[in-house]
Amino acid sequence: MLRRALPTISSSEITPESTYLTRMTRRGLLRAGAAALGAGALAACGADAPPPTASSDAQTAGPIRPTPDPRTPTASRQQDELGGALTPYASVTGYNNFYEFSTQKEAVATLARDFNPSPWTVTVGGLVSNPRTYDIDDLRKFDQEERIYRLRCVEAWSMVIPWLGFPLARLLREAGPTSQAKYVRFESLNDPKRFPGQRDRLYQWPYVEGLRLDEAMNDLTLLATGVYGRSLPPQSGAPLRLVVPWKYGFKSIKSIVRIDLVDAPPTSLWMAANGREYGFYANVNPAVPHPRWLQDSERRIGELARRKTLLFNGYEAQVASLYAGMDLARNY
Amino acid sequence: MSSVATAMTRRVPWRALAALAAAIPLAVMLVDGLREGLTVNPIQELTLRTGKVGLVLLVAALACTPLNALLGWRFTLSFRRDLGLYGFGYIALHLAIFALVDLGLDLDLIARTVLQKPFVIAGSAAFLLLLPLAITSTRGWQRRLGRRWKGLHRLFYIAMPLAVLHYAWLVKADLRPPLAYAVGVAVLLLLRVSAVRRLFGPRRRGVDYTART
Ligand code: HEM
Repeated sequence: MLRRALPTISSSEITPESTYLTRMTRRGLLRAGAAALGAGALAACGADAPPPTASSDAQTAGPIRPTPDPRTPTASRQQDELGGALTPYASVTGYNNFYEFSTQKEAVATLARDFNPSPWTVTVGGLVSNPRTYDIDDLRKFDQEERIYRLRCVEAWSMVIPWLGFPLARLLREAGPTSQAKYVRFESLNDPKRFPGQRDRLYQWPYVEGLRLDEAMNDLTLLATGVYGRSLPPQSGAPLRLVVPWKYGFKSIKSIVRIDLVDAPPTSLWMAANGREYGFYANVNPAVPHPRWLQDSERRIGELARRKTLLFNGYEAQVASLYAGMDLARNY
Repeated sequence: MSSVATAMTRRVPWRALAALAAAIPLAVMLVDGLREGLTVNPIQELTLRTGKVGLVLLVAALACTPLNALLGWRFTLSFRRDLGLYGFGYIALHLAIFALVDLGLDLDLIARTVLQKPFVIAGSAAFLLLLPLAITSTRGWQRRLGRRWKGLHRLFYIAMPLAVLHYAWLVKADLRPPLAYAVGVAVLLLLRVSAVRRLFGPRRRGVDYTART
């Protein structure tokens, strides 16, 4: 694990983001077209849709298009503490599991472009002595630090990402959990107007996740406000997301609006959707098989060969004691 | 179908059109591969795309016989076998990408995956059932096997539900797309049951629509 002071970034550096976004857009649309080809009936193969153009994208842009962070993506180091190279910024922000926008990972960035994460408030409540609604700018006043973490998706791919944020424990200490508080429940924004994926009622929106209080207080558990030295882009969970690096990626809930201290384990969206496969703990564990994906190995984005998955995603020294004496196969 | 329409459909190069249609998704994959359009996780993307296209082609092959029986679309029979073979080709590619590229031909890993994951068992069973059909799809084999050829090719009716089961078992939570295929396959299989078919009344009597699968 890495702790660094927030690197100062010269604001004069002009970002090439606009070009990058245009490229992503076109690719996303082309892919959507190709997917439709595959999914549609044979007859659809011959139909030629007009090719999407950059100008047609521009027309759909709303008037409140958020201004992207002008800073160039930077990180204080180019690898994690195990020597794994950082996943490029374009991959981190172009391949996202964020069902509130789309179930297509590479379509999320395009759909999220017009999502404006301000104004934004986060309400901390439940079993606490100091409930409070924070403006996102108040949360940015907590000392921000860079943490380079591995992200392991349950779909058996992984990335190495330099987050910017602060330990959740600091916020929780300010809130003051009462003696009955045993778990923390997180909730994402529920707004089908801004999250088109939420119009699909298949899932029980809003996205909910939970941690045991001691997991939440662990120093690794991060509330992230940025990535690669910039504010979080919408597709990465702007303006505030959780990062729990020893658990499968779906635990790291995005675009948080509520944090409640509670006395019973919260039921997460994924537990409700498919509890047999997605448990409360969801610790990265190569020894606990999943009915679909091979969990003992993973593909690091950008690499061809698979690599071995590490117990607790390589953070065993920091977190194994949380689970002493527990049967991790039963508490999956 | 009127005799004019029949005469017209006769002149269409159906088999060439089927070959072209089946080649397009592959061409798109190649082009996307060259321009880095296969996401940052191209191996998974190719697995998903080949699986999807293969399934669509196999369902299309399954649809030919009922289309002829109910609507008198005799021309569909001319490319029925082609569709099945192209579908099988995509699935062979699907399997090759998974076993050779994704798992790196690591036999231990492959064995564990096949034994552990119900969806892979179903997919593999479907593939193994299709394999003899692909091999015996030639006229030579058809002649050699005689009446047994038709019986053998009924394996298709078992392979398709298994393929849909494979799909249903691999989705995370959204069962709607595999269910749509399940309904489609179920209808296409039911239409082969003569009692069901009679309900809809075959348009053309005397056409041997069950001659081949
Ligand atoms: C007739 C045989 C088969 C058919 C029709 C078929 C079809 C499909 C379909 C439609 C998908 C999902 C695509 C999507 O979600 O967009 C898929 C995924 C997949 N199939 Fe198959 N398949 C077959 C056989 C096999 C075999 C034999 C294997 C391996 C031994 C296999 C391994 C996979 C894998 C690994 C995935 C991707 C799972 C994931 O990444 O989520 N399939 N297949």
